[in-house]
Amino acid sequence: MAIPFSYSFRNLWTRRLTTVLTASGMAMVVFVFASILMLSEGLRKTLVDTGSPDNVVVIRKGSASEVQSGIERLQASIVETEPEVAFGAQGRRFLAKELLVLINLPKRGTSKTSQVTIRGIQPESLLLRPQVKLVKGRMPKAGSSEILAGTSIARRFRGGGVGENLRFGMRDWTVVGIFDAGNSAFSSEIWGDADQLMQAFRRPVYSSVIFKLADSSAFEAVKKRIESDPRLTLEARRETRYYADQSEMMAKFLRILGMSLTVIFSLGAIIGAMITMYSAVANRTGEIGTLRALGFQRGSILAAFLMESLLLGLVGGCIGLFFASFLQLFTISTMNFQTFSELAFSFTLTFEIFYQSLLFSLIMGFVGGVLPAFRAARKNIVEALRVT
Amino acid sequence: MNQSRSAIVEIRNLSKSYRRGSQIIPVLENITFEIPDGEFLALMGPSGSGKSTLLNLLAGIDSADAGSILINGVEITTLAETELARWRSLHVGFIFQFYNLIPVLTAFENVELPLLLTRLSRKERRDHVETALRVVGLADRMAHYPSQLSGGQQQRVAIARAVVTDPTILVADEPTGDLDRHSAGEILDLMDRLNRESGKTIIMVTHDPRAAEKAHVIRYLEKGELSDASR
Amino acid sequence: MHLAKLLWKNAFRHRLRTSLTILGITIAILSFGMLRTVISAWYAGVDASSASRLVTRNSISLIFSLPISYKDRIRQIDGVQEVSYGNWFGGVYLDEKNFFPNFAVEIENYLKLYPEFILPPEQLSAVSRDRKGCVVGRKLAERFGWKIGDAIVLKGTIFPGDWEFVLRGIYRGKDKTIDETQMFFNWEYLNETILKTMPRRANQVGFYMVGVTNPNRAADVAAAIDSSFKNSLAETLTETEKAFQLGFISMTEAIVIAIQLVSFVVIIIIMAVVANTMAMTARERIGEYAVFKTLGFRGYHIAGLIFGESLVISMTGCVLGIVLTFPAAKAFGSTLSNFFPTFNVATSTIYMDVAAALLVGIVAAVFPTWRAVTIRIADGLRRIG
Repeated sequence: MAIPFSYSFRNLWTRRLTTVLTASGMAMVVFVFASILMLSEGLRKTLVDTGSPDNVVVIRKGSASEVQSGIERLQASIVETEPEVAFGAQGRRFLAKELLVLINLPKRGTSKTSQVTIRGIQPESLLLRPQVKLVKGRMPKAGSSEILAGTSIARRFRGGGVGENLRFGMRDWTVVGIFDAGNSAFSSEIWGDADQLMQAFRRPVYSSVIFKLADSSAFEAVKKRIESDPRLTLEARRETRYYADQSEMMAKFLRILGMSLTVIFSLGAIIGAMITMYSAVANRTGEIGTLRALGFQRGSILAAFLMESLLLGLVGGCIGLFFASFLQLFTISTMNFQTFSELAFSFTLTFEIFYQSLLFSLIMGFVGGVLPAFRAARKNIVEALRVT
Repeated sequence: MNQSRSAIVEIRNLSKSYRRGSQIIPVLENITFEIPDGEFLALMGPSGSGKSTLLNLLAGIDSADAGSILINGVEITTLAETELARWRSLHVGFIFQFYNLIPVLTAFENVELPLLLTRLSRKERRDHVETALRVVGLADRMAHYPSQLSGGQQQRVAIARAVVTDPTILVADEPTGDLDRHSAGEILDLMDRLNRESGKTIIMVTHDPRAAEKAHVIRYLEKGELSDASR
Repeated sequence: MHLAKLLWKNAFRHRLRTSLTILGITIAILSFGMLRTVISAWYAGVDASSASRLVTRNSISLIFSLPISYKDRIRQIDGVQEVSYGNWFGGVYLDEKNFFPNFAVEIENYLKLYPEFILPPEQLSAVSRDRKGCVVGRKLAERFGWKIGDAIVLKGTIFPGDWEFVLRGIYRGKDKTIDETQMFFNWEYLNETILKTMPRRANQVGFYMVGVTNPNRAADVAAAIDSSFKNSLAETLTETEKAFQLGFISMTEAIVIAIQLVSFVVIIIIMAVVANTMAMTARERIGEYAVFKTLGFRGYHIAGLIFGESLVISMTGCVLGIVLTFPAAKAFGSTLSNFFPTFNVATSTIYMDVAAALLVGIVAAVFPTWRAVTIRIADGLRRIG
């Protein structure tokens, strides 16, 4: 018993300018909404890719991150002897003692600098991170001033490309290879030999010990042992958890800022939809009277007008998503508030974000159209007909 | 008067008044009359006499303050709003002065509108619409929009819409009010034909004496009182 | 009748539509103002920094320190008036969520370098005498309900352990642009303690704060400091405080740019809404405008009517939005006091609000005016009734 769908659709088409303007307002709100979700998702993905749940990160107790942490050689050796550490081929332990420092590097194309993470690694470090692949050049020779740069560093910073030099710790270092670590945080790092870097920076302590668990479920046991050992003042976390914690502040900031912006913007778009629909109802009062006279129920009138504003929302949502999808071509690089180091991540569009955005636009259409639709449905037949 | 036809409309003690601010203005007072089946009735009277009000009450789009309206045995004054809407869709055909076609629907779709409230299948609806448009002589303009039709053509589409459900009564409020002489004539002939050939009961409110001429019976409504049938 | 009165009456012919439009503009101007205020708050540190203060730190990065022995050499450089030093302590009070900046500094000279931090002299001597004494800003003390004499315990992150302090002084800012959420304690206390527990890390400072006699010579003095430590084990990087703050902010530049972009998006959204309203209104009145033309009114009269009405609507929304910005900023500022120590609405923000509303009002009226002015009288008259 419904009024045909074409009635709602064609009415939008007839008043094209108004439809375009109203839908554009909604499109922009959906664009902002989707881009914020895409950014959060990109950030989350970067961190998920960065850690492995089977790896454990050990740092000094109370340190917010590896950079602030310091582990004496003796303490590191004790951790090395923990039985839960996995063994690989030829009896090699899946354990690496790493040094982390931050240095200021100049960006390409501008005079601005940014703080970049340098990680002093050992050969086992690469075993622990199978997602890291050498894509250009070669591995550094042991005991030399050769370093590797992550793809993001090579692209963004002066001196980060193969064959280029960086100067820090009173030495010149040559980039001999570029590694790709996907979306993970490692792509924004420089890697070099831990011993060489410790000497150059005159830091005789490690920042962290990373190892792989032979049995993933043994995490709690080894964590308890490390944290209660009186000789050690260390804490242990799964690598995935460690990196998730690193971005908590940023993720929260994005979420809060993003959502409050979206809510406020959506109010503007909803008001636009309300104005449009109230006007539509006013202009078609005669039609409403006619339809009711013919026998259409109030509910059908309500549905027809609501359908119109839902369509407005849907059109706006599709346009907004269309433009938002182009954001995937961009990468954001900024300083992580918690670690003070450079982090690059991109906009990621997932199916979930897609349908959440469409749902949001439909909700905007609904909220904007519901009051005018009720007004249309409540009209008195005789009065409505008198208008023509 | 032809007593052999039964009354399809029976009105008893019908009263209706309007509120203007704090004043209550009576429009219809205790009206009682009958309309036999198949009659072509013209309701005339001065402006504000309440003839449109009476028509609206008959058609079920307004509610009376007191009295009863029986149409084909159904007491419409006691029907709830949703039931009344349903009843209208089956039993009343409307013809308005300004045609009241939906501008974004084609002639075909406009005529089809009342059928959407029935359980007919798409094919059945199509057949009914085509028949109705053929009857009014506009089968070749099915796909046109109202803006592409003349005033007379639009009114004919409206008439097709009014008869497509084979309603019990046809109500027309100044059907020729917006038409030139020629088109008005065509419309009146059409209505006359519908009445004679299909036996449709038509109740028409009009100012136009020529329109009234086409009707069988004329009644005058003045100061809330209905005159006897004449002709 | 007066033009303004006519415009006002015209605008409110359609009360619901006009009210909704004004509401939309109010929300837009409010959001725009808030976003710009967020950006000013982001740069608050830069604005509050002085051209006569220099920051000297390890040239590699902030996480590397400088030897305390540099103090005397820096003091002797020509143009240097005052030297203080300190470390970013990064201590946590009860919970990480309660973040505020805390430093171990050489307090006396530090406060000489920061005349905008006003501390009563008896409090200054109290904190100097008490090894464990500390000074906090007024807003910080209010946030946690601290009073002079209270014990405050911080959990060290960079310097591990639980550190106990006694509140000896509360400073207030010279004006409302000054950060009153910082905490300082005696550097000596930090150094003494580390000497015993982590001797390798003792006698190191994170930064030197240098006051110059003549701000115009700041760049020269900075260069002089850096060259005197060139080729030593810890090379320095000296820059004005402003440059230092800017460098920090530029690292989060991407976010600031994003917020600026978004603030313009909100204006564009509302432009679409107001343009829609004006288009609808003008379309309904096309007949009237045709009648005006027959009466002899010219195109520019009609343009004036439409532009005027559009501006009446947008400026009314603007005024309401500006009025609401102040209480909103206050509420926002207190909830986000962790991130933004100061959250004030700048006058420039108000100017931008007005400019934005003017722009919206003008742009929204363009197309309807063009249509109304160019329509032929006959076509227009046909549209009446």
